Amino acid sequence: MKTNTMNAAEFTSQGHWRTLAACAACMLALMGCHPDMWNQPRFAALQKSGFFTDGRASRDPVPGTIQYDGQRRPWKSAVFEGISGGQLTVPSIMDDTFYTGRQGEGFKADNYFPVSAELLARGRERYDVTCTPCHGFAGDGFGVVTRRGFPNPPSFHIDRLREVEDGYLFDVMTNGFGRMYSYAARVTPEDRWAIAAYIRALQFSQYAPLDTVPADVKEAILNPQPVVENPADSSAAHH
Amino acid sequence: MAQVFPRSANVLVRAGIASSVLLVSVLTLVAAGMYQSPLVNSMKIAKAQPIPFSHQRHVGGNGMDCRYCHTSVDSSNFAGVPPTETCMTCHSQILTDAPMLQPVHESWKNGTPIEWTRIYDLPDFVYFDHSVHIAKGVGCTTCHGAIDQMRLTHKATNLYMGWCLQCHRAPEKFLRPQDKVFDVEWKAPRNQIEEGLRLVKENNVNVGQLTNCSICHR
Ligand code: HEC
Ligand code: HEC
Ligand code: HEC
Ligand code: HEC
Ligand code: HEC
Ligand code: HEC
Repeated sequence: MKTNTMNAAEFTSQGHWRTLAACAACMLALMGCHPDMWNQPRFAALQKSGFFTDGRASRDPVPGTIQYDGQRRPWKSAVFEGISGGQLTVPSIMDDTFYTGRQGEGFKADNYFPVSAELLARGRERYDVTCTPCHGFAGDGFGVVTRRGFPNPPSFHIDRLREVEDGYLFDVMTNGFGRMYSYAARVTPEDRWAIAAYIRALQFSQYAPLDTVPADVKEAILNPQPVVENPADSSAAHH
Repeated sequence: MAQVFPRSANVLVRAGIASSVLLVSVLTLVAAGMYQSPLVNSMKIAKAQPIPFSHQRHVGGNGMDCRYCHTSVDSSNFAGVPPTETCMTCHSQILTDAPMLQPVHESWKNGTPIEWTRIYDLPDFVYFDHSVHIAKGVGCTTCHGAIDQMRLTHKATNLYMGWCLQCHRAPEKFLRPQDKVFDVEWKAPRNQIEEGLRLVKENNVNVGQLTNCSICHR
């Protein structure tokens, strides 16, 4: 009988292995492929684009755009809600005091927010993140980068800076000062007010009148014990 | 009927089946190996950058907080890579003449962005959000490794689905207190599971839901 069926030996010796091998090669190749779903035709933030001459996919607002989002925005952020204790209504986008620290001819003397533990805690967190590399944790102007040649900022514990308005501190953060750049793009207005409040607390911590100090601490201040230098500290100072 | 198959065919068929099985398993092993290989997922491979920016120097050495540079990480889905201005806040004063910082100064002068090479990049069909992880107590180093020791940034994980899921199934193994999220030196305490379970409850982490496909594939 003449059949079309192939001899098993023929089957394995013919195209079979080659087909298998080709399939395997295809599968291996496909594993390395990233089909279209991987990189969909849309842009993510900060991605590159060949369409615009500056090569950026993100666009700047057209000139003359009045900023609505980010700096001046007519809604309450969660932070605003928290540090105002839910007490204040959201400032209008026209509220120059909130956004510039200025009031009338000069600066706002006190804080925009009522001073509270929440305000100071937020201010401390943001101060530690943003200001300490240069100003130091204590605000003495000996932040870690000053050991690497960055010019020392002034200490916050000098009379001139103790006497400036909260609004002035806000203004320095907003517009920069001398060699210090503006932090307006990185620190929101409510956080700048919180930091100003925290700087006030730092200043007070180094310049508190003696009768505000609890009795037992007062005793230690008036009769200081000789300090044993911590060897760890003194070796750190040589780096 | 005439004999179609010779006797030897039996042996050949068996050998054929056996070697097919062997081939398939070898291929599977090779594939699995490739899947785990840095050649495919580029794990632990530092990539060249236009400026040899070092987290070791800035985070480890200068003790800087991630948020000084990655400002939006706790408020949006996107952590963001810092603009040139951020570098200039310090490098307008220090290392102003260093050749390796030339691209920063040029970018500042000409307003052209620095083109950093991306290290972590999920496929576009996966949704990810930084801020929710930060808010619920997942630390940066849990996902990005010991970045304070990296001279050049490399991927600390493969970013495969299984990696996301090993935590989404049991987040208590990884959660830390809110004030330790940005701490690069944090180590899991001995009673991590106990602590983690407390944080899961305290932060209202909805564990049952976290493995739903639609959480990540929206
Ligand atoms: C990169 C380093 C750096 C950082 C970060 C920094 N500053 Fe400064 N700051 C300086 C320097 C330098 C000066 C002194 C500028 C000068 O006199 O040219 C200064 C000055 C100041 C002054 C004094 C202004 C005066 O009238 O003398 C205040 C207030 C101030 N900074 C607040 C802040 C606050 C608040 C932050 C955090 C949001 C901050 N700085 C972050 C470097 C820095
Ligand atoms: C001085 C600024 C600075 C600080 C502080 C900083 N980074 Fe970065 N980071 C950068 C720059 C610039 C890049 C882009 C170059 C690179 O990938 O190394 C980057 C990249 C990264 C990437 C990779 C992004 C990608 O391409 O996918 C991760 C992850 C990261 N940083 C995490 C952190 C963490 C976590 C911290 C805090 C422990 C931190 N960074 C602190 C500047 C900074
Ligand atoms: C808070 C200040 C600060 C900021 C912001 C900052 N740097 Fe630095 N950078 C330093 C210090 C301090 C050094 C060490 C200088 C030294 O060793 O003398 C340094 C060193 C460097 C070096 C030299 C190589 C090395 O690893 O020592 C490079 C490159 C560099 N920075 C790039 C950047 C880039 C890019 C950015 C912006 C994403 C940036 N820096 C932002 C403070 C800063
Ligand atoms: C749950 C894991 C996880 C945690 C926690 C985490 N990241 Fe990420 N990070 C990722 C993933 C995943 C990507 C890639 C995102 C993408 O491709 O869309 C990424 C990307 C980045 C990038 C690149 C830019 C971007 O936003 O895509 C930076 C920078 C970054 N992370 C910094 C940080 C910092 C700083 C922290 C801590 C505050 C942090 N990450 C915490 C998982 C994490
Ligand atoms: C180390 C632990 C951990 C890792 C790793 C991790 N996650 Fe999460 N993820 C969490 C926790 C905790 C939550 C918060 C859940 C909640 O709020 O109920 C979360 C929430 C999310 C949410 C938001 C869910 C919602 O309700 O909106 C998404 C999306 C998500 N993760 C995606 C990812 C992706 C994608 C990866 C991998 C690239 C990943 N996660 C890796 C712990 C993790
Ligand atoms: C915690 C987040 C998360 C959840 C939940 C999740 N995935 Fe994924 N998935 C991912 C990530 C991340 C990738 C990308 C992996 C990669 O890059 O290879 C992925 C990839 C995939 C892929 C592409 C295949 C591939 O190459 O890996 C499929 C299909 C998929 N997921 C299906 C599912 C299904 C079905 C479910 C529900 C049972 C699910 N996923 C739940 C995060 C998730």
